Amino acid sequence: MEEVSTDVKISPRPALDFFETRKLCIMLFLAVVMVAGGIITICLGTYHVSILEVYSIIATHLFSPDNVDSLNKLKNTIIWTIRFPRIIMAITVGIGLSVAGSIYQGCFHNPLVEPYILGVSSGAAFGAALGIVYPHIFISIQLGAFLFASLSVLLAYTLARNRGQTPVVTLVLAGVIIGSIFSACVSIMKYLSNDTQLREIVFWMMGGFYYTTWDDVYLTVPVVLISVAIMWFFGWKLNVLSMGDEEARAMGVNPEVFKFIFIVLATLVTAVCVSSVGIIAWVGLMMPHAARLIQGPDNRFVIPTAALMGGVYIIFCDTIARTLTSAEIPIGIITAIVGAPYLVYLLRSKEKEIFG
Amino acid sequence: MIYMLRVDNLSFGYNSVPVFKGVSFRVEKGSLCGLFGPNGSGKTTLFKCCMSFLKYNSGSISVDGCDVRKKKIGELAKLVAYVPQEHKPPFPYLVKEVVLMGRTPHMGGIFGISEEDRNKVWEAMEMLEISHLADKPYNQLSGGQRQLVLIARAMAQDTPLMLLDEPTSALDFCNQIRIWDILKKISAKGTTILACSHDPNHISWFCDDVVVMYRGGLVAKGNPKSVVSEQLLSTIFNDICSVGYMDHLMMVYPKNIQA
Repeated sequence: MEEVSTDVKISPRPALDFFETRKLCIMLFLAVVMVAGGIITICLGTYHVSILEVYSIIATHLFSPDNVDSLNKLKNTIIWTIRFPRIIMAITVGIGLSVAGSIYQGCFHNPLVEPYILGVSSGAAFGAALGIVYPHIFISIQLGAFLFASLSVLLAYTLARNRGQTPVVTLVLAGVIIGSIFSACVSIMKYLSNDTQLREIVFWMMGGFYYTTWDDVYLTVPVVLISVAIMWFFGWKLNVLSMGDEEARAMGVNPEVFKFIFIVLATLVTAVCVSSVGIIAWVGLMMPHAARLIQGPDNRFVIPTAALMGGVYIIFCDTIARTLTSAEIPIGIITAIVGAPYLVYLLRSKEKEIFG
Repeated sequence: MIYMLRVDNLSFGYNSVPVFKGVSFRVEKGSLCGLFGPNGSGKTTLFKCCMSFLKYNSGSISVDGCDVRKKKIGELAKLVAYVPQEHKPPFPYLVKEVVLMGRTPHMGGIFGISEEDRNKVWEAMEMLEISHLADKPYNQLSGGQRQLVLIARAMAQDTPLMLLDEPTSALDFCNQIRIWDILKKISAKGTTILACSHDPNHISWFCDDVVVMYRGGLVAKGNPKSVVSEQLLSTIFNDICSVGYMDHLMMVYPKNIQA
């Protein structure tokens, strides 16, 4: 065997940054914007309350709950019972849907996937419609929505699973099938319902934070935040997974195990959000894109950035929804109208950067 | 003699349609072995069995003395690196990030990128002369450059065995020769390489060993200088090849070509 020279000239290594300060600064900036946005929008509404009053109401509740009775009744109700839980819920749902979107896009190796791809939204809509039309049998609209949202994904996943593997294309097709079945079921419910119920179903499906109470917050916030934290922790594995199942396997990441973890958590988050506020479109598709545009595709950064942007976006849209007219506009309409032009802009100007 | 890769009496079929039967061969430690055969002869399938992407029906495959079926995915990834055929992923990861992905089996935690990881990534990129591309999005490179990045990723994975599925398929003439030179260098450093190729010249010029697959089985193995012959080529390529010599260098060329 002839000799081969093995000496390759290796020049000294530069810093080789995989963890840029710039990206952290952007995240910090977004976090500040989100908190500031929350504080500003809590003052806005048909009844204006000044920042100082808001501060005193919230501080009283948090630090000296005994003095709550001394507060102005009306302002206390508006800020503490209505707006504050609503804004927390808006931020949480924004975080949840955006992160779920990022996760689904990575798992499905496709930047055009949204959290509703596996039929969560149709399932939830059916569950909610059952609760609305048959209130004696299905006690809670929220619970019904959550159960059927989870059921639809479970069905899609089971349908797609074959010999220990869940190919992405089969999974998407299964999601489409299950989604259309549940959409048909929703139509049946609409057909069977009376006028008031029909109106309620339609409103539910357009999404909104009108009925948010502290109970919703207690239920949703922990589930969303814990799931998001776990998914963020596995951000690098999601990068590897997004290269394709076989490659992930070759690089030591079990695609079936991680796809399962990611899909279960992302679905849980989506189902919890959707069941308490209805179907809010676009956020889960748009925010991951926007985050990727700013931070690059590394999911360790995309996940938190999309989360913060989602929070900001939903408070923004919800504020428009409740202040633009004297009546409330369903937020699903606002997110789509505000979001579509943004996506058009991305598609026309930054196509290469995002889609390659 | 310890073999890096041992395949014994391996059979595999998709949905009971057999792809190959009774395949047995060994790859010595530190050698560059070519896997040769016409389209559809089962080369990629054989690779996928070695990576245990596919569950084979009978026979056994062992890497460095361990049965691949008994290895966990994370453990196997420390033994075997795989370079897939060139492809275009949907997300614009930077070249350095793609190469860093090769370090995944050695990493822990979320932000657990160690100095060693950085060094290996840099070394691999320097070795393949792609360090000037480090900050470019991987999916905007040309097919040949992407192939180089995938090889760098496998190098960064730092495994004793590397499998390459048609590493030169998307490359121009110059880059094909460059890849083979680089593979020679990597194997000279002690990594065992099994690479499949469609070009008999590449096999005979660059490989230490060759395994030839044809029609659902293994038809020849051994030193490429003796295995790649006119007789073998006329069997597997339908009698269209001639073998000639130019200054003792073997050349395979089409029979019907006019000077």
